[in-house]
This record gives sequence, structure tokens and C-alpha cells, in this order.
Amino acid sequence: MIALQHILLFATAFLAVFWEAAFPFVRAMFGAQISLLPPLMVYAALNLGLTSVAALAVVSGVLFDSLSANPLGISILPLFMIGLVIWARRDLVLRDQPFAQFVLGLFASAATPVLMVVLLLTAGQTPLLGWGSLWQWLIMSLGGACATPILFILFGWAHHALGYRRVTETSFRPDREIRRGR
Amino acid sequence: MLRRPHYIAAGLVALLTLLVLNLPGHTTARLKLALGSLFLPLFGLASGTQQATGHAGNALLSKGELLRLNESLHRENQWLRLQAAQADELGRENARLRELLERRAQAKRHYKLANVVLRDPANWWRTVQIDLGSRHGVSNNLPVLSAEGFLVGRIAQTGPTLAQVLLLGDPNCRVAALVENESREAGVIGAGGPFDSSLVEMRCYLSRTTNLKPGQRVVTSGDGGLFPKGILIGTITDARPVESGLYTMAQVKLAANLARLEEVWVLFP
Repeated sequence: MIALQHILLFATAFLAVFWEAAFPFVRAMFGAQISLLPPLMVYAALNLGLTSVAALAVVSGVLFDSLSANPLGISILPLFMIGLVIWARRDLVLRDQPFAQFVLGLFASAATPVLMVVLLLTAGQTPLLGWGSLWQWLIMSLGGACATPILFILFGWAHHALGYRRVTETSFRPDREIRRGR
Repeated sequence: MLRRPHYIAAGLVALLTLLVLNLPGHTTARLKLALGSLFLPLFGLASGTQQATGHAGNALLSKGELLRLNESLHRENQWLRLQAAQADELGRENARLRELLERRAQAKRHYKLANVVLRDPANWWRTVQIDLGSRHGVSNNLPVLSAEGFLVGRIAQTGPTLAQVLLLGDPNCRVAALVENESREAGVIGAGGPFDSSLVEMRCYLSRTTNLKPGQRVVTSGDGGLFPKGILIGTITDARPVESGLYTMAQVKLAANLARLEEVWVLFP
């Protein structure tokens, strides 16, 4: 079950990065591309261990940077920090509630680009920033927030369809069946 | 709450990040290209989806609309044939005159058509990836034009089958430009805004002589050696003096539609 969760998560991260780069219709409509990696980090942080959270941050961050003009590896730390904070507080979160998922998605999607831009500026890069960036940040935050509960639902369906259920013994025993006769 | 093993995990990830960030430039570039090539099998899926969307859109067009479009394209084709014939004649005349003046003829430029396959997933860069690479003779810093022949940017990184193009408006793509007016002001095309990809800034440092007006065409000046002279960049929409008239900042509306780039020309020397 855990292996299936990992396979699904990493495959989704791979496809999410490709979707962000290959399908620009969200950018054409709203002026900003939504990132699905922060919602994935929320899912991983609420359902998997810290090692998996770290592995997802490394893999998805490196994949994201490989298709971007970002320096390779700059996205790892922001994604991991978000995952770590949620993972550390996950016992306090009602993780099955869509509203909680929405709020966590909003937090993750808002914080990740800010951390990335701060890291880029620290590294001496000159990213394209201006007043329009605020609008892009808003779209990224709201888009990520809306995507998070949807992602939880999709993963839930995938587990239901592909996962197996543990066989539990029933309390029914044929030798103890009370046969009622006339 | 966080415990010691968690701090160790965080430290390890930070260390890994620092290690990757401090790799030499050529190693990072190779790693990026290798990782980017993992997505190659999905390119067919993306182009297939976009083609299917296009076909679905075509299916919705009425026959009357198609006939009208056909007629319009037919007229445009006739007009372009006439223009091409006139250009041929001008080319011959140019060659004759150059021969008379004993000037060396300009080297003929070669173009290769490429498809835009991926866009930068980050909102703070303006780059695209095209499906031509070093196997096709593409190298860094080659100019890239739109399908209509307007300047789009330059090649920034080259892999065997893919190349990354820095688009105009990206902070790392600067172009020496010239305004087509009487005083022929020179300037530098720099970064654009993060939201509107059709506008970029141009700085002219000869403020006392500037005569920039909306509608004037901006072309490449040929200075710097990266871009050949005379490629159309866009038109001026606004100009104002900055820093007590130290220089003039003009807004240039790009001729190429960077938001809808599908095919581009790579210009070979």
C-alpha cells in the first residue's frame, strides 16, 4: 500500500511538472502558471513519512528546475521546508476535511514561490518581478489551494481502485452457527 | 514537534541543495539537459493533445467561414507572391550595385524551423524550449525569430535534441536596438513586466537628442554581434525621461506574440 502511494506520488510529480511546462492555457487565461508541487507536498506531508517528504522535494524540485531557467536545485529547499512544517504539525490537522486541505494548500502554494524568489535573489539571480507578480502570486496561491482537495480526492480514488484491502477474519464460525429448527 | 532526526533530515536536504547549487556550470547544464530529456516521451502526447484541440476547433467552423478564410488566404498568397517577385528583383539590383561598387555581397542567412515544445514552468523567467539541438547544428546565442520574422530571443542552452530560448523581456536577454526615426536613437532592450509579455523596456542613454514617439519602429542595431542588424523588435508605445533626464525609458510593444509562440525560426550565421 505504501509502495503504491509512493509510485503514485512520484508519477504525479513528474506529470505535474510536465503539465506546467507543456500546457500553457492556465497562463494564457490568468497570466500565471499554477504549480501543483506544493499541493503534492501537502499530500505527502499529511500521509507519508519525513523521508518520503524529503525524497519528493528533491525529485520534484530537480525536475522543475530542469525545465526552468532556475539554477538546478533551488526549488528543493522551499518545497522541503513547506513539507517539513506541515509534517511536524500534522497531528493537529483534520487531514480528511476539504477545508483543512484547502487552507494547507493555500499556505503551501503561497509560501513556496516567495521562498523560491528569496533564494533566487540571495543567489544573485534577477527574476522577473514587478507589481504584476502580486497578481501571479494570488493566482498561484488560489490555484494551488483549489487543487489540493481535488488531489486528495483523486489519490483517494486511485487507492480505492488500485490498492488492496487487508483481509480480516470475521467472527462468523460455521461450527457455532445456531440452526433453528422446528 | 521536530526532534533530532528531523533536524538531521532537514540538514541533509539543505546540504544536498547547496551541493547541487555549487556544481560547476557545465555539469549543471548537462544534468539539466539529461533530466529534461526524461520528458521526451511525453512531447508526442502534448503535441497530440494540442492538435486534437485544434481539430476540434476546426470541426466547429462552418463551411461558409472556411470558404471566407480560404478566399482571404488566397488573396494574401497572391499579394505575397507579388512581394516575393519584387524582392527578387530588388535582390538582383542590389547584387549588381554591389558588384559595381566592388563591395562584398552579404552572406546569405540560413533558417531552420523549430517547434516550441515547452515553456518555463516558473512565472519569473521567460524561456521556452524548442525541438532543435546540437544535432541540428544549433549552438548558444543564435538569434530566434517568430514565424513572421520578428525577433523573439536567443538560444541560451543547447542539448542534443532540445534547446532553451531566452525570450525578449527575460532579465537575462538584452538586445542592442535602434529606433527608426530621423535621429536613429540607439538603446538597450531589457526586462519586461512579469504579467504582460508583449511589453518590454528600452533604455536610451542619449537623452538630450532623443525624439522618441509612439509608433516608431524598433529594430536590432547589430551592435554586440549577437543579432544581425535590422530585425524588427516592435514599436514604441510610450517614452519618458528617467532620473532627471539621465536617460530615456521607452516602452516597446513587441511585434512577436510571445504568449502564442508555436513555431520559431533559428537564424544561422
